[in-house]
Amino acid sequence: MSKVTINYYDKTSEDREVLDEEVPFPEGKLIVSRTDVEGNITHCNQAFIEMSGFTENELIGRPHYILRHPDMPAAAFGDLWNTINTKTKWSGYVKNLRKDGKFYWVYAVVVANVREGKLVGFASVRRKPSRTKINECIDLYKTMLAEEKS
Amino acid sequence: MKFTMTVSPDFSPDYIAGWYIFNTWLQKQTNESIHLELYNSFEKQREDIKAGKIDLIYANPYDASMLIRDKGFVAIAAPDNKSDEAMICVNNESDYHCVEDLKEKCNIATADDPEVSTIGMIMLEPADLNAENITVLEQKNYVMVAKHLINGSADAGFFLKEAYDDMSKFIKSQVRPIVTSQISVIKHSFLVGPSFFENSGINESDFKELLTTMHENMKGLSTLESMGFSLWNEQSQEDAEFMIDLMDTFVS
Repeated sequence: MSKVTINYYDKTSEDREVLDEEVPFPEGKLIVSRTDVEGNITHCNQAFIEMSGFTENELIGRPHYILRHPDMPAAAFGDLWNTINTKTKWSGYVKNLRKDGKFYWVYAVVVANVREGKLVGFASVRRKPSRTKINECIDLYKTMLAEEKS
Repeated sequence: MKFTMTVSPDFSPDYIAGWYIFNTWLQKQTNESIHLELYNSFEKQREDIKAGKIDLIYANPYDASMLIRDKGFVAIAAPDNKSDEAMICVNNESDYHCVEDLKEKCNIATADDPEVSTIGMIMLEPADLNAENITVLEQKNYVMVAKHLINGSADAGFFLKEAYDDMSKFIKSQVRPIVTSQISVIKHSFLVGPSFFENSGINESDFKELLTTMHENMKGLSTLESMGFSLWNEQSQEDAEFMIDLMDTFVS
């Protein structure tokens, strides 16, 4: 296990334990969460709680980046926010960090919650990803991270 | 004025009589004339919805999006403990034990049920399977889907879990699920269109009260049981909107 400092987009950072151990995505389940327009979690389902390792109380009100794994390039999340802020659906493969330092891969789809024409938040649904796609993303994200650090 | 009520065509045939009993009960409670129109095909039902011929509907989540966002329908209630789950099943004798065992060019039998097909396709994604690299064999109903698995003409089939559970022991002994969705928040719901509230003597709040308390008397409870329900839970417009947002994430 190693401690890694994770820098978030809002200039805050956090030291988190990181383990090289994957937790498989639960068969047939969907991980569902909702956030406000700033990205703070307002709702999460049981699968989200189980896979993240956090309690519901620890999740509600926290920024969604609480799950950010240091292997994920910032550009991936930049693309996500640029897309959903235009009320357009975003999808992509994401490596998430659990509270215990282990990780899990998801295929995430994020949509804007629009009520009476007004953006009120976002809903994110994560499902079991293809291993082929994960392997492609591992290489891609390594390259992107190296470019961000150079 | 005479109103028309309909039911999503994926309801179990065992409950046809139950929906007629419910319609009679509803007419008595509301003092309105309501005709129950049942459809075999989603396509024909959608044509009539688009033509404005439907006033009340027990809708699947797939159609709820169009009804609420385009047609101004209001969510009233959803049956308790009745989420829509899908299964991928195979022949019990086959070597398929998980979705990843299915390979490109496999034959997938489906019924004419867009919601189950959508969830089924999502559950195929981990095997890198999609509409372009499989052959879909669309069938009239789930018994035909099972038949294709049993005779070996399909590698796998999509089922509504409720439909699979209702199948005979004989069929279930030959057809084995390899994955079952556990989504829990996707469900059918009872929706009422704007023309009903404009032209009847009942408002949205009273309609919700009517359905969500019907289990409290013997007549109402037996009507619910005839449809395979125990009670209706109130569904807010936000509940329905959120479900539609989730359905939106399923569509590429």
